[in-house]
Amino acid sequence: MNLHEYQAKRLFAEHGVPIPAGEVATTPNEAREIARELGGRVIVKAQVLTGGRGKAGGVKLANSPDEAEEMASQILGLKIKDFDVRRVLIDQQAPGIAQEIYLAVLIDRARRLPMIMASAAGGMDIEEVAETAPEKIVTVHIEPELGVRSYQTTYLASTMGMPRNLWRDFDKLVKGLYACFQANDASLTEINPLVITGEGKLLAVDGKMSIDDNALYRQPRLAEMRDVAEETASEREARASGLNFIQLDGSIGCMVNGAGLAMATMDIIKLFGGAPANFLDIGGGAKAEQVTTALRLILSDPKVEAVLFNIFGGITRGDEVARGIIEALEVIKTDVPMVVRLVGTNAEEGRAILADANMETAVTLSDAARKAVAAVRGS
Amino acid sequence: MSILVDKNTRLLVQGITGREGAFHTKNMLAAHTNIVGGVTPGKGGELFDPGDGLGKVPVFDSVKTAAVETGANASVIFVPARFAADAVYEAVDAGLPLVVCITEGIPVLDMIRVRAYLENKSTRLIGPNCPGLITPGQAKVGIIPASIVKPGNVGVVSKSGTLTYEVIDALTQRGLGQSTCVGIGGDPINGTNFIDVLAMFEADPETEQIIMIGEIGGNAEEQAAAYIAEHMSKTVTSFIAGRTAPPGRRMGHAGAIVEGKSGTAAGKEAALRAAGVQVAEHPDQIVELIVA
Repeated sequence: MNLHEYQAKRLFAEHGVPIPAGEVATTPNEAREIARELGGRVIVKAQVLTGGRGKAGGVKLANSPDEAEEMASQILGLKIKDFDVRRVLIDQQAPGIAQEIYLAVLIDRARRLPMIMASAAGGMDIEEVAETAPEKIVTVHIEPELGVRSYQTTYLASTMGMPRNLWRDFDKLVKGLYACFQANDASLTEINPLVITGEGKLLAVDGKMSIDDNALYRQPRLAEMRDVAEETASEREARASGLNFIQLDGSIGCMVNGAGLAMATMDIIKLFGGAPANFLDIGGGAKAEQVTTALRLILSDPKVEAVLFNIFGGITRGDEVARGIIEALEVIKTDVPMVVRLVGTNAEEGRAILADANMETAVTLSDAARKAVAAVRGS
Repeated sequence: MSILVDKNTRLLVQGITGREGAFHTKNMLAAHTNIVGGVTPGKGGELFDPGDGLGKVPVFDSVKTAAVETGANASVIFVPARFAADAVYEAVDAGLPLVVCITEGIPVLDMIRVRAYLENKSTRLIGPNCPGLITPGQAKVGIIPASIVKPGNVGVVSKSGTLTYEVIDALTQRGLGQSTCVGIGGDPINGTNFIDVLAMFEADPETEQIIMIGEIGGNAEEQAAAYIAEHMSKTVTSFIAGRTAPPGRRMGHAGAIVEGKSGTAAGKEAALRAAGVQVAEHPDQIVELIVA
């Protein structure tokens, strides 16, 4: 789960990371009031869960409350990569920018440890820095029992060439960001840029934070922060029903049990000339009710011209899924052609149940994918 | 021979009286696994009856007691996510050489602590968020359906569940049996990686060739490719799921995510090909490549 910039920065601040004074506005008028309270010189920033806000015109400087109102009214109407801008963050402008730094805590999967990554080339896309100037990125790994040690922050600061008089503040800030990462079960806490202001102070002017979904059960405050308006209606319903659903752009709806098999099913559809409309893992068990919900989600997408069911029965029983499909089709009347592939436990019984339903059946995955692609072409 | 589990495996089931634990204990017993005990705190002294005349399994309050009383040498964990890290600590603390954690949904920061704890211990952890492992005809530790496996000489290692069943089933249909099938799980931090299992298959005289099924996210497949090029004499055939996965989205498994430009299927396939691994375009092709 990703947090908005304003949410991330407030969490950073709870752990002593210095952030600009700022407030969230949902109307131009509010933006004006906030800008007035902050002294007029502000930056107006779209709060959407996607990158590239700057390029899309979602971040603008304003030098008076009037300007802030004007900028907010422009930005609040924007659509950035399919996301409607419904909120702007009004932050006090940094008092001059002497240098921009990149700083993040993330998980290094290969080393199986949290890692702090820093770079003097802040303000840029870190992926780009990693590609074009990897020598500008410096990292240290954190042993969970030791936490961040001061020698590590000294190493980061000195390697980046940070002025010595800031090392003590930087040490506090890095430890704070790591504490924030730990306390909130984050998988990423990122400051880009971390600014050295004209007054020689460190200031986290932008913030990004991802939370480990598996830990939300013990982070109720963060679970509340989920911005449901930024999910599609289908994704919202899927989450509520415990289904793993991700909307894509293609025309072949997929219902599969198991995440790996669901990905492989999408891939083979593409390989054979089609395009998957979604990722959907109905998980083990797959009772009739779940199949019905899943099918309704898939068919609610008007782009869907065919549906492919790919069920490998292990724990999941083929006859149970087949009954689920029949029940679902009694509730949801549709002309969309369907291809069903059932293999494994009770697959034959399942196929027998579906024989009366006038659905195309397939034995191999390749066969199923070809038939689904052909069904789209034929419609 | 085989790797990790066989007829000498003496298994404990942690969470044996829970819904999942009970259901799979029955299946594991039906697949001739030697289950010597179960653990459910507060239910010690009871006998767990899976039904179907499969015999009763003694239940213990703690892994340590169970291990001492039964001489167990492995455990499989079916407890809910919020208690699963503790279950791993308990099994490691009891000195069991093999711990298989089926549970999905353990927080990443918990797994980092588990990994650090395992560092100077002799326990091997498989999983979490995995289907476990099976040596056909000898022992099933986890949830891989016994009905689709057949004893033989192909070693299978995978991050996935049903996708693995798919491949095992195709092998069996073509008369190709398996030495051992190992699911290492789809979480970002796990106990055992591809390299660990590849090394065991390389050393196992009964395994003649290996199938490795990876997916997007992380760089375990790239590390495996480097290892294969350097250390493996046996043929490895691979498939990577997730070519069509959009970047930045978790595809069901917590670890299956393309982050920026890293963890893509294309990158993994290229690394594997460069290491001399046969890479299948789709799952059905895996068996064709093996037979050819």
